[in-house]
Amino acid sequence: MIETNGLTKIFDVKKSPDITAVQDLTLFIPEGEVFGFLGPNGAGKTTTIRMLTSLIAPTAGTARVNGYQLGVDDTEIRRSIGVLTESPGLYERLSAFRNLSIFAELYDVADVDGQVSKYLHMLGLWSRRDEPAGSFSKGMRQKLAIARALLHEPKVLFLDEPTSGLDPEAARLVRSFIEELRGEGRTIFLCTHNLTEADRLCDRIGIFKSRLIEIDTPENLREKFYGRRVVFHLRQLDPAWADQVSGIAGVKDVQTVDQKLVVGMEDPEALNPQIVRLLVQAGADIEFVGELRHSLEEIYIQTMQESEEEEAAA
Amino acid sequence: MKHIKTIVLKEWSEVFKNRLVLFTLIFMPLIFTIMPLAMLYFTGDGMAGNMGAVQSADVPVEFLSACSPEMSAGDCMQIYVMNQFLLIFMMMPVIIPVTIAAYSIVGEKATHSLEPLLATPISTTELLAGKSLAAGLPAILIGWTSFGIFLLGLPILGVSRAVIDYITGPTWLLAILVAGPLMAIASVNFALFVSSRVNAPRVAEQISSVMIVPILGLLFAQLAGIIVINVLTMLSFIGGMALLDVGLIYLGASIFQREKILTRWK
Repeated sequence: MIETNGLTKIFDVKKSPDITAVQDLTLFIPEGEVFGFLGPNGAGKTTTIRMLTSLIAPTAGTARVNGYQLGVDDTEIRRSIGVLTESPGLYERLSAFRNLSIFAELYDVADVDGQVSKYLHMLGLWSRRDEPAGSFSKGMRQKLAIARALLHEPKVLFLDEPTSGLDPEAARLVRSFIEELRGEGRTIFLCTHNLTEADRLCDRIGIFKSRLIEIDTPENLREKFYGRRVVFHLRQLDPAWADQVSGIAGVKDVQTVDQKLVVGMEDPEALNPQIVRLLVQAGADIEFVGELRHSLEEIYIQTMQESEEEEAAA
Repeated sequence: MKHIKTIVLKEWSEVFKNRLVLFTLIFMPLIFTIMPLAMLYFTGDGMAGNMGAVQSADVPVEFLSACSPEMSAGDCMQIYVMNQFLLIFMMMPVIIPVTIAAYSIVGEKATHSLEPLLATPISTTELLAGKSLAAGLPAILIGWTSFGIFLLGLPILGVSRAVIDYITGPTWLLAILVAGPLMAIASVNFALFVSSRVNAPRVAEQISSVMIVPILGLLFAQLAGIIVINVLTMLSFIGGMALLDVGLIYLGASIFQREKILTRWK
């Protein structure tokens, strides 16, 4: 698990004002959770990963990763985590096998050849094990870099933009592999710009721009920003039905869009039967009922806009 | 030690696949070994007679004191010429590590492979030691091997006993066995410093080549007759180089820190 308390990183830039890359980050990621860390470019996501992987020291605050104290047990932290950096950073002249065996040795893996073979097979690279990494496609390089991060079977994984720059097929392969890792109960700290990916893979999402702006499950974020909304698709719409539905206790608002009634409410499971009954009694032909799901992208953009407005106001 | 060994072998397996590095490692020592042997061969019979035959126009007058009265004029001339080549032998431990370090460090920067390496449990000392040894060891070994081949060639070319005794004497042995490794250490650390500031291996190599300036200084000083390379000059040079090493190791270690590499290296 990962726990941070007031983690801050300020870069001292010569002849310029200091840059606060990460400000007062406090969060707790329990064991086995996939945590999505979202934010624009330059938000401080990579700096946060670098601090949590004990590559750079925080200016203030504390953190524990896998039970080890940052700044005290740095070697143990690095030994117990796996890191996929933003760029795969492979040794292009060396074979896929050699690329992995070097890291297995550095992580003090007992059975170097066994572990390397296991992950080359698992990621479908075994047949190309003797080819130089420089000859690999982007997707294959990324898979090799993921294998490198897993050789020592870390409980905590930091993945920085794992599908960035990959074609849809390679991205899908990487995503399904992350799902497999999630199934194995590993804690995953996932930095991504791909909001659909975050929505699909993450148990919780943190929206970050130098500071943590929002943190919750994707569903709770949707509810927080838009509430729960149910769409009633009708064969024909009588505007008077909207007034009748809005009179039901628990209904927050009702909108009409084409032949649809969009109803905002807190507890659709309790209210939907009542609304359906009312509409049927009023003579409506209901074709379909479904919950309106706002995309994570909408939530993200709204959060960012609100954050910018707050900053401008301040 | 295990991590250091892994880094050294990793560096070698990667760097030695670079043709330019390989060319430097093979041909430069070869040329530097053949040249003095050829010079000895062609100057072998050129000057008979005793020391009186050697004019100060041929050899700086200060150098004549280095030749014993029993030596023939040819021997003295050969020793004088060989003393220039001694300095060329000393360039090998400077040029080779610069080439390896420039490609190993700047190459890692270019492919962004340093960050995953830094994220492993390896300590920065182990990483620095591994990289330094990977660059320094071949230079020292190649320097010693070249000198060994050169020594083997001397009797084959019929070089006189007096000249062989001089070349296997304390001045040359101090230069090859002590000054060489010290210069390799200085070269590696200086190349490390330069590599942290540039993004192209060739630029790093060119800038780091400034390390041969002290040797060129000795060469020109000797040619101009300002100094004579003897045990005393060599011991002074070794003392100065040891001090320079301490400073450059400190500089290299202070630059080679995880945070600096990730946030300040250009």
